[in-house]
Amino acid sequence: MTERVRADAERGTDGMDGKSDQGYSEKDTGQTVASSTNTSSSNSTDATTDTTTDRQRLTAEGLTLAYDRRTVAEDLSVTIPDHSFTVIVGPNACGKSTLLRALSRMLKPTAGSVLLDGEAIGSLPAKKVARTLGLLPQSSIAPDGITVADLVARGRYPHQGLLRQWSETDERIVQESMASTGVAELGDRYVDELSGGQRQRVWIAMAIAQQTPLLLLDEPTTYLDIQHQIDVLDLCAQLHEEQGRTLVAVLHDLNHAARYATHLIAMRGGEVVAEGAPEDIVTAELVERVFGLRCQVIDDPETGTPLVIPAARRSRKPAAAETANTETADTEAASTEAAEPLAAAATES
Amino acid sequence: MTLVSPVKAGPETATDTAAPPPRRQTARRAAGLVAALCVLLAVAAASIAIGAKPIALGDVWHGLFHYTGSDTDVVIKDVRLPRTLLGLLVGLGLGLAGAVIQALTRNPLADPGLLGLNAGASAAVVSAISFLGVTSLTGYVWFAFLGTAVASVLVYALGGSRGATPVRLALGGTAVYAALYGYINAVQLLDSAALDKMRFWTVGSLASANMTVVRQVAPFLLVGAVLALALGRSLNAVALGDDTARALGTNLVRTRAMSMLAVTLLCGAATAACGPIAFVGLMVPHLVRALTGPDLRWTLPYAAVLSPVLLLGSDVIGRVVARPAELQVGVVTSLVGGPVFLYLVRRRRMAQL
Amino acid sequence: MNASKRTTTTGASGVTLRTGGLSLRLDVRSAVVGLLLLAVVLAMSVVLIGTGDFPMAPGDVLRSLAGNGTMAQDFIVHDLRLPRVLVGLLVGAALGLAGAVFQSISRNPLGSPDVIGFGQGSAAGALTVIVLFQGDPTEVAIGAICGGLLTGFGVYALAWRRGVHGYRLVLVGIGATAMLAAVNGYLLTKADLPDATRAVVWLTGSLNGRDWSQVWPLACVCAVLLPVILGQARGLRMLEMGDDSAYALGVRVERTRLVLMFAGVLLTASATAAAGPVAFVALVAPQLARRLTHSAGPNLLPSAWMGAALLVTADWSAQRAFGADQLPVGALTGMLGGAYLLWLLVTERKAGRI
Repeated sequence: MTERVRADAERGTDGMDGKSDQGYSEKDTGQTVASSTNTSSSNSTDATTDTTTDRQRLTAEGLTLAYDRRTVAEDLSVTIPDHSFTVIVGPNACGKSTLLRALSRMLKPTAGSVLLDGEAIGSLPAKKVARTLGLLPQSSIAPDGITVADLVARGRYPHQGLLRQWSETDERIVQESMASTGVAELGDRYVDELSGGQRQRVWIAMAIAQQTPLLLLDEPTTYLDIQHQIDVLDLCAQLHEEQGRTLVAVLHDLNHAARYATHLIAMRGGEVVAEGAPEDIVTAELVERVFGLRCQVIDDPETGTPLVIPAARRSRKPAAAETANTETADTEAASTEAAEPLAAAATES
Repeated sequence: MTLVSPVKAGPETATDTAAPPPRRQTARRAAGLVAALCVLLAVAAASIAIGAKPIALGDVWHGLFHYTGSDTDVVIKDVRLPRTLLGLLVGLGLGLAGAVIQALTRNPLADPGLLGLNAGASAAVVSAISFLGVTSLTGYVWFAFLGTAVASVLVYALGGSRGATPVRLALGGTAVYAALYGYINAVQLLDSAALDKMRFWTVGSLASANMTVVRQVAPFLLVGAVLALALGRSLNAVALGDDTARALGTNLVRTRAMSMLAVTLLCGAATAACGPIAFVGLMVPHLVRALTGPDLRWTLPYAAVLSPVLLLGSDVIGRVVARPAELQVGVVTSLVGGPVFLYLVRRRRMAQL
Repeated sequence: MNASKRTTTTGASGVTLRTGGLSLRLDVRSAVVGLLLLAVVLAMSVVLIGTGDFPMAPGDVLRSLAGNGTMAQDFIVHDLRLPRVLVGLLVGAALGLAGAVFQSISRNPLGSPDVIGFGQGSAAGALTVIVLFQGDPTEVAIGAICGGLLTGFGVYALAWRRGVHGYRLVLVGIGATAMLAAVNGYLLTKADLPDATRAVVWLTGSLNGRDWSQVWPLACVCAVLLPVILGQARGLRMLEMGDDSAYALGVRVERTRLVLMFAGVLLTASATAAAGPVAFVALVAPQLARRLTHSAGPNLLPSAWMGAALLVTADWSAQRAFGADQLPVGALTGMLGGAYLLWLLVTERKAGRI
């Protein structure tokens, strides 16, 4: 499945937009992990990136976010590095979804502002923002009786008008979006009939068809089984690497975040606890600080990115109590000893 | 090294207050119930005393227990007493029916009026008036009963059987009401005598109460009340969800059937006696739950006592506000109940819809 | 200018017409359904004009419409029947359109001005005028409009909590309906029998005695509001996918919804002023239109034509079955609509959509 998506994408990206060349060159050099906050890490000379200043395209300054009377975050400032795959992680109710909603202008901050290309996002015309910033919401409603192709086609709305309802560009882009998510053969099917994984891919195709340089994804992998989770994340990685898009996702799974993100933002209690490349910041101390979870962090044997392994719980069997206790104590000691050099290695790289 | 406990979500964590010890709680609730009964007696007395012709409390006592045939005594015996008794019984019926429906459908916005049960009664009554020439309240009673029964089966089938959500039931009730609405109007328009009679019945009033009606409906209301009160424990389990209820040993089918029977008896008799009255069944269980919590073994008795307070109170208000005419009790309960309902709809997080 | 047909690679349906940099997309099936409905509407209108105490053959009707009939025929057609039928068409179209708008906004096939309280609101206004002021038809109409508008705004405001979400609107509407129904019931008991009968006739929705003075205001309102609503149609289509998705695509959600609600309420109020709250056209027409066009989306124009067709057909049936002017059209649409509603609820439940 993954191979097919990648193969389709390779066939499909020729001539799609000017960024594909850069995408391939980045891939060829094997450099899939961009380092954290500087603009110069991307090879892009794309006209849409403001390369003349140091300002990133999407930033939040001094945000205070609240629902009703409950304040979720105060004085929160975040910068999303251009052309990164940023993932926001954190425990429940830490404000990560709230932050994403504020970044996508769904939620109006009570103080502070979100800036897109230097201007307050709330003051920009809605369609202009929609051509720059796309969002895959957590829950969307597929209207009754809509086919896959029609739903993906709706992603073209920000580029259309009363008299520009369906140009050839629209048609081509919809075709390519569906191909890149592997739903091209499902074009005639009704969305209600599809499985959860297929439906999520259709929504992603719609977001891709919107053709925005920035794409925000709110928990795109929740409710999917493991295979589909990896499919979706691989697709996101591809959008990031081959098309040079800036992606910001909220993910629950810390290991997925560490594997795919080029820039990680860890939040807790409405504050950013740490941010940076996963290899730089994911340590056992950080995980314990943010999630309250004892763990050890090793290198993922497949990708080399940090892999979090939660600590085992203490054994309860009374008969083997003494031997178990001593064994656990030994393993604990061994693991803490092992964790330190690993963590140290991680911070140094 | 101890395991670090998982991070608690901040404002969402419910604060743990220690519940008062059970025996003290039971004593408190029992005391509350007695207090409610006293309030009920007071309101009943007011209902007998207040009206187009105000009667002093001493005369009330005289009329009730030392009947001598004076004018006041006659008014009490033939007009006020039946009216008060009917108000008590009807209030009892509506309040209990509301509590049972809300528990059965796990839906705090359910109300016999909103569920289209009254529409069934209305359709049956208008048919009786127009096609069978029935003209008196005592004659309507049986038809109204039948109409409510049919409507309740229909609404239950439409909205109740599989995990009812507030919207499903409300819409099911609207559907039943809608289906019957056209028929009711058509009959009235083709037969203007029927229209003349129906418009007074539809608005819900205690004005035509007499002892015959009381005697007709009392048995059904009392049987229904006993049945409802006995269902308290089973309905407590049902409130936890079908699977949990079964795991706790509740016979779901029997509980549901008995509940529907109780609701039909209570609502049917109440509507038959005085026409459709909305919102009593909705509001009282909510208010009661604020006092007693969700335990139905207490909610039901409290509802049984406090609903008549509400109904008789509305009736008294109706008599006072528009003196010497009167504002029908169905109108007063709607004008009071409507805002309460709207407040509830706004307050609840509707995410589950 | 080229027209490209349905492209099988994307599966996106419809015919596209392109010229220069502009393009227009048509859903073939919707367009065909719309035209067919229009044909039905016109045919039924001619038949309805010919129905009544003085029946006329369709040929005679057409001749009369062209001005070539006899004096008597012309009088009956132009002064009595034509305005009635025109009111029926306009009211049906207005209600169908308003119903489509409400159902789309509330994302709920049972959302309609009837269910959410506007009907009872305008009834309250009209009843007040009839019972308390013994007003003439024009005053009743004004009362109806005021009552409907006030209720519409009230329900919207009460359901608004950082935006209006579908089911809350329905529930608030149901509560408002119940309250207003009580008020209306009270007013009915206060009236004397002739007034009460007049009131019930009005409440049911009737085309009896409608003349040109009802046609022109309604036609003007429709002429103004139709382009307004159609202008928001694309945004409405996106709104059906949820507020978040619509925002993300650049739709100005609150503004679109407000404009559409306002237009929908005005349409409903005007239709109600002209013919009373005709039951269930607003609820049933959009659903039937959708089942014919098989198109996801608001189906605005097909709903309007379907509403007109329904009303005209119902009036014709009422006239034939019960005699001329005996049974108001609303009683028939009420019964049929109610039966339809029950069926819809059953199938929606089976499909797990409710």
